[in-house]
Amino acid sequence: MGRLSVNLCGIELDNPVIPASGTFGYGKEFNELYDINCLGTFSFKGTTKEPRFGNPTPRIAECTAGMINAVGLQNPGVEKVINEELPELSGFYHKKVMANVSGFSVEDYAFTCEKLDKCDIVGWIEVNISCPNVHGGGMSFGTSAKAAAEVTEAVKRVTKKPVIMKLSPNVTDIVSIAKACEEAGADGISLINTLLGMRIDLKSKKPVIANKMGGFSGSAIFPVALRMVYQVASNVKVPVVGMGGVTTAEDVIEMMLAGATAVEVGAANLVNPYASKEIIDDLPAVMKKYDIENLKDIIGGAL
Amino acid sequence: MKQGIFEIIDNIPIAKSVYKMRLSGDISEIQRPGQFINIRLEGKYLRRPISVCDADSDTLTIIYKVVGRGTEQMKNMQEGTRLDILTGLGNGYDTSISGGSPLLLGGGVGVPPLYMLSKKLISEGKDVSAVLGFNTKEEIFLEEELKKLGCQVTVTTADGSCGKKGFVTDAFPQEYTYFYTCGPEPMLKAVYKKTKTSGQFSFEERMGCGFGACMGCSCKTVTGYKRICKDGPVLLKEEILWED
Repeated sequence: MGRLSVNLCGIELDNPVIPASGTFGYGKEFNELYDINCLGTFSFKGTTKEPRFGNPTPRIAECTAGMINAVGLQNPGVEKVINEELPELSGFYHKKVMANVSGFSVEDYAFTCEKLDKCDIVGWIEVNISCPNVHGGGMSFGTSAKAAAEVTEAVKRVTKKPVIMKLSPNVTDIVSIAKACEEAGADGISLINTLLGMRIDLKSKKPVIANKMGGFSGSAIFPVALRMVYQVASNVKVPVVGMGGVTTAEDVIEMMLAGATAVEVGAANLVNPYASKEIIDDLPAVMKKYDIENLKDIIGGAL
Repeated sequence: MKQGIFEIIDNIPIAKSVYKMRLSGDISEIQRPGQFINIRLEGKYLRRPISVCDADSDTLTIIYKVVGRGTEQMKNMQEGTRLDILTGLGNGYDTSISGGSPLLLGGGVGVPPLYMLSKKLISEGKDVSAVLGFNTKEEIFLEEELKKLGCQVTVTTADGSCGKKGFVTDAFPQEYTYFYTCGPEPMLKAVYKKTKTSGQFSFEERMGCGFGACMGCSCKTVTGYKRICKDGPVLLKEEILWED
């Protein structure tokens, strides 16, 4: 195994870099720019039982060192993802992909995960219980330890693939949610989803985003994300996938020192479409600079 | 789509709050009129999507209006400044179905992409007429340049300070085989109602990435959900669903 490789829930990754769900579609737009087989893996666009258009536009607002989105889980629905997107993906991508799943009821989550469990190309299922942009679903499951555990158990019953629960930072005690997921059988924890935020347009004097609020991401949130990864990694035994504002190879190493086994890159892909590839290319030189022989050895080094 | 570094050749005011910037760099990815570029600006998180006014040999021309902090920053940029730009974004206008005498309808900063479109249509031997709408005389631009290409140009101003008083929909020619339009949404809606032929509309929306990854600029159409940045910005008249 290479110096950059890590093992995420029993599957070897060539490197720890994973484009985050919602910033990488189902891979094809980026594969036009570079061979996406260089990635550790990627987490595909949040997929639900039924097709969804999502929220009205405007869905995007700019912030200092970041952005707000309120897309609202637009996706073609799990059937179309399995019948169209994944076969197309397997034509140019030859690794395991991380399936990102969202829902509006415990049954929804289980339904979608059971379908994706049958797909060879899916390596892990990342269960999004933290989308801030939908009502009556998403984040409401990730803000209560009990609901988070219920979703985890329901999903674990229908799949043998590793289940990674994606947590919301919009809670008072993220550690208790992470522990509830772990106790319910989660194979890993990923965090953080976006922070709930908003902007107001000074000309119209109304919120920029049609849905009023949205999820804040980008380099500005990195310290908050790093702190939460550190807290969770200190308190669970399962692997942690760190994300939130990661933009550089240095950020990846910081996240790993805070306890992340792998690191997702989100908003950075939207600003610089080559961001994930450049981070991977930069890692060896940054490792050398900080006397790191093998990346897997530094996981949790700061705990 | 292609990422490239472009150098500013010049950046000059051409009308009230409107600037023309010429850039040198690799324009090979710009294949159709109506496509756009996405410019990275120092200190701004998101790129700025701007329509292509012209792309010729190694010169890219954009015309932009100062409307916010990004364009405010752009207007002060000096020649020689280097910019990270994504080019070749969006579908652009299809000129193959225009018939012999297409009509171009532009409003305000919706006018720039019609320049490259006009050039293409004229090079294909078509008889092109254009109606350009502005608020007032001081805001008029590209009228002379379009005439020089051989385009028959009518200008309207909302306040009547120049050309015909009114909106572009008040100055349609008698005959046209097809139309192409770009401008603010109220104008596009008026054009939709007034036009008798098929045509193509270029839309605007707040974008995240500009290349189809984030779903930030989706819209509903007769033929399903489309991303303004990737499946648009140009939509056919027949596929538009207006949302109120």
